[in-house]
Amino acid sequence: MSIWTYANPVRFMAFTKPLVPVFGALSALCLAVGLIWGFFFTPDDYRMGATVKIFYIHVPSALVAINAWFVMLIASLIWVIRRHHVSALVARAAAPIGATMTVIALITGAVWGQPMWGTWWEWDPRLTSFLILFLFYIGYMALWEAIENPDSAADLTSILCLVGSVFAILSRYAVNFWNQGLHQGASMSLDAEENVSDVFWYPAVVTMAGFVLLFAALLLLRTRTEIRARRLNALLLRERMQDA
Amino acid sequence: MPDLGKYALEVALAYGATGVLLAALVMMSIRRAARMRRELDRVEARRHG
Repeated sequence: MSIWTYANPVRFMAFTKPLVPVFGALSALCLAVGLIWGFFFTPDDYRMGATVKIFYIHVPSALVAINAWFVMLIASLIWVIRRHHVSALVARAAAPIGATMTVIALITGAVWGQPMWGTWWEWDPRLTSFLILFLFYIGYMALWEAIENPDSAADLTSILCLVGSVFAILSRYAVNFWNQGLHQGASMSLDAEENVSDVFWYPAVVTMAGFVLLFAALLLLRTRTEIRARRLNALLLRERMQDA
Repeated sequence: MPDLGKYALEVALAYGATGVLLAALVMMSIRRAARMRRELDRVEARRHG
């Protein structure tokens, strides 16, 4: 069966209905295990002390913040190329989740940065590109709300998403591009020669799985809501036209 | 409870803010989903009834 089958809203709703609680439950399980493990059963770092516990929420939230934008990008491109309404609604549904994750990454980063760097904020390439990514999220959501025609809104937000992708990439690779600023390079890359110690790595991987599953559960739930909202608007419009 | 030493406030703040934001996101998503489902059911029922 082709993936485009699920571009049909009815099939998408039928397919995703059982997935939402499954992803939600798995997410809750991974978050509970990962956070309890990381918070209660890992030692302090020899340099960062107990602040290393912020790692278990800062890194996963940043991971989801960046990758949510890439989900939006793929969904937007599908909309632009193939005009599948569900894909435009997937992009719309992902934005508030990505924005929230960006705020979490920014807040936890600031709270972590203060004792480690001596400052809450620095105009460092990665921090700055992350802040701009957050502003793109806000602009993207505002644009959806500002345009009444859903197809026009999907067109324009898709273009905005394409432009904003530059900052999603910069958020991830700014440290490599400029090699300056306070923020360290990736500490959990699969291809890195040296990563964080296993004692921190394993609970962090579980927590990351929890955040990704939470994103998936919320994305499906919110997309289903957007599909219902679109159907509701269409029915109300039809009623108004019949009454007129 | 682990001894967080002099960083207890920072760690509590980070976890607290994350908990509040995630809870708000989940609650808002669930509430909007329930509201939209209810309204659509009402309009569909009116249409077919």
